[in-house]
Amino acid sequence: MIPPAPPPPPRSRAWSWRSQAFRGLCYQILTLVLLVLAISYLMSNTFANMRTRGIQSGFDFLLQPAGFAIGESLFEFDSAQGYWVAYLVGLSNTLRVALVGIVFATVLGTLIGIGRLSNNILLRGLCAVHVEVTRNIPLLLQLFMWYFVMTELLPSIEAPLQPMANVFFSKNGLQYPLPEWSAGHWGTVFGLLAGVLAWRAWVRRAVHQFETTGLYRPGRTHLTGVAMWLSLTVLGWLAGGAPGELSIPEVTEINVVGGGAVTPEYLTVLIGLSIYTSGYIAEVVRSGIQSVAYGQHEAAVALGLSRSAELRLVQLPQALRVIIPPLTSQYLNLIKNSSLAVAVGYPDLVSIGSTALNQTGRAIECIAVLMLCYLTLSLLTSAAMNLYNRRVRIRDR
Amino acid sequence: MINPAVFIPIAARLPPSNAIGAWPWLRRHFFDSAANSFLTLLVLALLLFALPPLFNWAVLHAVVQADNAACRAAAGVGACWGLVTEKGRLILFGRYPYEEQWRPLIASALLVLLLVVSCLRFFWRPTLVLAWVVVFTVFYGLMKGDVAGLTPVDTDRWGGLPLTLLLSSVSLVVAFPLAILLALGRQSQLPAIRTLCVIFIEFVRGVPLISVLFMASFILPLLMPQGAKIDVLVRVLIGMTLFTAAYLAEVIRGGLQALPKGQMEAAHSLGLGYWQIQRKIVLPQALRLVVPAIVNTFIGAFKDTSLVTIVSLYDLTGAVQLALGDADWRKFFIEGQLFVAAIYFIACFAMSRYSQWLEGHLHTGTRRQ
Repeated sequence: MIPPAPPPPPRSRAWSWRSQAFRGLCYQILTLVLLVLAISYLMSNTFANMRTRGIQSGFDFLLQPAGFAIGESLFEFDSAQGYWVAYLVGLSNTLRVALVGIVFATVLGTLIGIGRLSNNILLRGLCAVHVEVTRNIPLLLQLFMWYFVMTELLPSIEAPLQPMANVFFSKNGLQYPLPEWSAGHWGTVFGLLAGVLAWRAWVRRAVHQFETTGLYRPGRTHLTGVAMWLSLTVLGWLAGGAPGELSIPEVTEINVVGGGAVTPEYLTVLIGLSIYTSGYIAEVVRSGIQSVAYGQHEAAVALGLSRSAELRLVQLPQALRVIIPPLTSQYLNLIKNSSLAVAVGYPDLVSIGSTALNQTGRAIECIAVLMLCYLTLSLLTSAAMNLYNRRVRIRDR
Repeated sequence: MINPAVFIPIAARLPPSNAIGAWPWLRRHFFDSAANSFLTLLVLALLLFALPPLFNWAVLHAVVQADNAACRAAAGVGACWGLVTEKGRLILFGRYPYEEQWRPLIASALLVLLLVVSCLRFFWRPTLVLAWVVVFTVFYGLMKGDVAGLTPVDTDRWGGLPLTLLLSSVSLVVAFPLAILLALGRQSQLPAIRTLCVIFIEFVRGVPLISVLFMASFILPLLMPQGAKIDVLVRVLIGMTLFTAAYLAEVIRGGLQALPKGQMEAAHSLGLGYWQIQRKIVLPQALRLVVPAIVNTFIGAFKDTSLVTIVSLYDLTGAVQLALGDADWRKFFIEGQLFVAAIYFIACFAMSRYSQWLEGHLHTGTRRQ
């Protein structure tokens, strides 16, 4: 017979210094009071300083005309438009360089990370040198070096490099032919989208077939999918009347007109950011692959898989789960590092923000807008990557 | 009669003859598949294409003496290392008065020496903290002057290597206690304190360093009481310290989370209070786990210091831009930048190797072979 449990000891009195909960409450209230006092002291200083220096405050400046021109922009901007439009231009420029940079850095970084695990000593050494050099030199210095290459070492606009017909590469940036927009291109766009859907449906069908019958043709499913996608795009283009006008850049005596173009500043930031981040992504990918148990490699070899099939079917899918969280932080770093674009004169968010700050003198508001934009970008990126992470992680019961 | 129960080892057989020797080794490493052979040839071609011209440029046709005319003659063919001979002191010490540059030299040497000493485990004892305080005081006295008959030099003329060293080490050293408090606060049971720490850490980690530096250089003067001036170097130091503290706090939190819960429970059952537990049980173990990660944070801070160029302090990266303001030498920009890049590379590479070595070295007690 078990004796009944003794009653719990009476709870210590709530308002006693011996009660942990009460002490905790006191500490928290004390911290908050100190914080509020500090903030109000600093704010009173700020208001006094602003009064003596005659600085205005408030966010109304966002609606006033900006009064400065911006070198490059995705959409038309003239100086009579408000500061908020200027900020939007800056944001779009930041995104334009960061998103393309993320794609380049991921592709390059993945290849180099895999290369570091190759049994080919030459390749492994080359990849290791790339990783060490990019990671151990500050990004700002790398950007300055790329900018020097872009603006001093490249030939001038009179005698540009021509890697392909109608592609010009010079101190004035890169100019390339661009299809001219016409109504017939709606057919192409439609075909492109239909092609993606058809590809997806085809892969689903193949997976379904594999799950029900066990018939599996590696490689051929996606190959057929790509073929379907391309042919539907071409069909759409033909259905739209095959519009073929290209806007081809032409060299005049002083510059190149027509076609698509990117400035040397954009190229500098893009190349600098992509190469710098690729070193970090390579390390993330390498450690991810190395984290896959060695038995998986042995099993793959025992099954007779080739090295590329082993990477594609066995190692990368398992490594992906380890790779994604650190990869997310590299993406966040890339977005934040794109703020260094201001050093080479690319009109990104920071550059617009500091111009606005110099013109209006409203330091607090301008920097607040700047930080808010970056915080939002960071949060959105983490949210998107978390979503993806949830899709690829191992599902426990 | 051989006893079948006795194990008689026989010598291992040699590997098959087609697996030993130079050619099989070459084949295994370079030509084991068509793709691999292609890659080998590609890399070899790349090296053959790039290395000889690079060697010619950097060594064979290079101009070493500070001779502008010779450099101009060799432009495009040979490197002009003469730039480094000519502008080396400007790159290393920025705008510090020329005849006083022995002072930053000694100051940086002292700081580097202390950094090296701090890396050796033999010196990890409380007196090291005292050494840091002494060296920082001597560093400041030497650089600032106005004591012991040294001419005063304003902080806005400090630059180059000493500035880089000062900013990165001060921001890490000052950020360290702050980071411990933030990390503990983030793990705390008290909701208000935890929320404040989380907000601070996530906010700082969500914005780029440039915006923090902008904030430090534009908003900090507004926060001061009227009439008080705050030195530009101090402003930047505050900004960098807060930034480093947020990252360091996350590193330390990693160490805190890695500790088994039993440690805390055991400490509680011994009747230790909160701060006693942290000081005697938790922090010694948690910090030991994250020392390599702290070194990596320091590498990051060392590289991030280059950003102060944007708020017009001339550290190593800024000083090389400054040195090349001279129109005569502007053409040889890349040589100057390569020189500075080499300094950064050597410092960061050495530190990252040290961090890797430390990782293996520190865990020998807990790892089972």
